Amino acid sequence: MADEPLVLGIETSCDETGVGIVRGTTLLADAVASSVDTHARFGGVVPEIASRAHLEAMVPTIERALKEAGVSGRDLDGIAVTAGPGLAGALLVGVSAAKAYAYALNKPLYGVNHLASHICVDQLEHGPLPEPTMALLVSGGHSSLLLAPDITNDVRPLGATIDDAAGEAFDKIARVLDLGFPGGPVIDRLAREGDPAAIAFPRGLTGSRDPAYDFSFSGLKTSVARWIEAKRAAGEEVPVRDVAASFQEAVVDVLTRKAVRACKDEGVDHLMIGGGVAANSRLRALARERCERAGIRLRVPRPKLCTDNGAMVAALGAEMVARNRPASDLELSADSSLPVTETHVPGAHSHDHDHVHEVSKDNLYS
Amino acid sequence: MDTATPAVTVALHDGTRVVAESAQVDARRHGELLLPAVDRVLADAGVKLDAVTDVVVGVGPGPYTGLRVGLVTAATFGSALSVPVHGLCTLDGLAYAAGLEGPFAVATDARRKEVYWARYQDARTRTEGPSVDRPADIAERLAGLPVVGAGAVLYPEAFPDARGPEHLAAGALAGLAAERLAAGEELLPPQPLYLRRPDAQVPKNYKVVTPK
Ligand SMILES: [Zn+2]
Repeated sequence: MADEPLVLGIETSCDETGVGIVRGTTLLADAVASSVDTHARFGGVVPEIASRAHLEAMVPTIERALKEAGVSGRDLDGIAVTAGPGLAGALLVGVSAAKAYAYALNKPLYGVNHLASHICVDQLEHGPLPEPTMALLVSGGHSSLLLAPDITNDVRPLGATIDDAAGEAFDKIARVLDLGFPGGPVIDRLAREGDPAAIAFPRGLTGSRDPAYDFSFSGLKTSVARWIEAKRAAGEEVPVRDVAASFQEAVVDVLTRKAVRACKDEGVDHLMIGGGVAANSRLRALARERCERAGIRLRVPRPKLCTDNGAMVAALGAEMVARNRPASDLELSADSSLPVTETHVPGAHSHDHDHVHEVSKDNLYS
Repeated sequence: MDTATPAVTVALHDGTRVVAESAQVDARRHGELLLPAVDRVLADAGVKLDAVTDVVVGVGPGPYTGLRVGLVTAATFGSALSVPVHGLCTLDGLAYAAGLEGPFAVATDARRKEVYWARYQDARTRTEGPSVDRPADIAERLAGLPVVGAGAVLYPEAFPDARGPEHLAAGALAGLAAERLAAGEELLPPQPLYLRRPDAQVPKNYKVVTPK
């Protein structure tokens, strides 16, 4: 519908420079420039390399998204940007670009939360989010269970990883097995030909006295690495496919078990899964199976919307506009540890004029 | 605008003179300070951003995180307003601001006990650099020369004849750019002069945990 907000979203929290454009809950463009290949030889994301790549890719990616969407910057109803959490230097490139773009075009600016954006992106795939929505976010940077009664201003953390993120465990095991970086896709592929029950790897924090919704993957990681090292030390061949399948099973078993339990405990009949690890085929399959059994409706966006992208930021920005949430001001700063409870970063004086945005002073365009 | 030194600085220049200028020294808040400074400078001048015909940005060298704030802001303005964006070496701006007649050098703080520096024949002519070095390693080469900038002030043993200004004010950068553009010169592309390769330091999370 033409009266739905047209919003451009910028995402630079890690190694993807993403610019997306949405109209309400409709995706118009999703342009992404990734520096993942440059990081591969370091076995992880190098912040300075990511920041340099963001600077180079920023404006071309904005222009590509506008072209793809067939809209002009002047048509936009708002500019949204990931204000955090993420890598500080990387976030700063996107936030600076968003502020400049919003100022130059005299548009409201919305600094939004990266995690809330990961949830909100599902609106582009499956329509408006049910309220509340239960969300399991899993990636190289985060593993959280979140309850979202209102994605624009009420997101509650139920649990999170106490050590490594799920995606990090995939990267680590891939490295131990000499499979390269990132580890998720290759382990997923090899696991399809392996036996998930071949090796009983530990399920972290699943004891009856453990926190119900928190995760721990560090012990699993070490356990798998030790198992592989022992094989090698004994001069035996490492059954890579079985290791991949058994490791992956341990991760997705814990993730889905806790997510379904959270839904039941909170009486929520929808589960949304997002983040890069949501592209994992076994996670999707097991989540579907367990949700069906528990009578929970599962919503998982297509893989390209699960990984970091600008469309998810635009999706949340559009929701901010639609619900008249206060805009951010020109002082907006990147916050590498922005808490998930802060779904957006309203300007300091925003309560005075509600949704009248701070950017537009009368010394801009008349 | 320039964000390659601890100063966040913005100026509006009409081709003849600086109409308005802002300079705030705060090495950690470039991202927060730049846009409000742009807004303030334009307000002081009573001009709207769309009246600007050219954007000039300092391309460093300078600490990267701050440097990128200016560069991405300038590039985005250029794209949004369809105006050209020009780069100028930040040290050239400082040299121009110093306005010395004879040979001299400019040095800014590169952190890690190093300075970004360049040598000038006069206020408009760079003859060497920019480079990044330890002060002690270039002290002999620059002996007897006045050295302009915070990098000189920080290391008096290496640069006994330190001069002001310590930081760049964008009016000088804009003035130099206006002069060069009027003379039909091409300025630099708005791309950073990093001078150092990125530290290939993988974040802690990715360190090998496998016991050997
Ligand atoms: Zn993410």
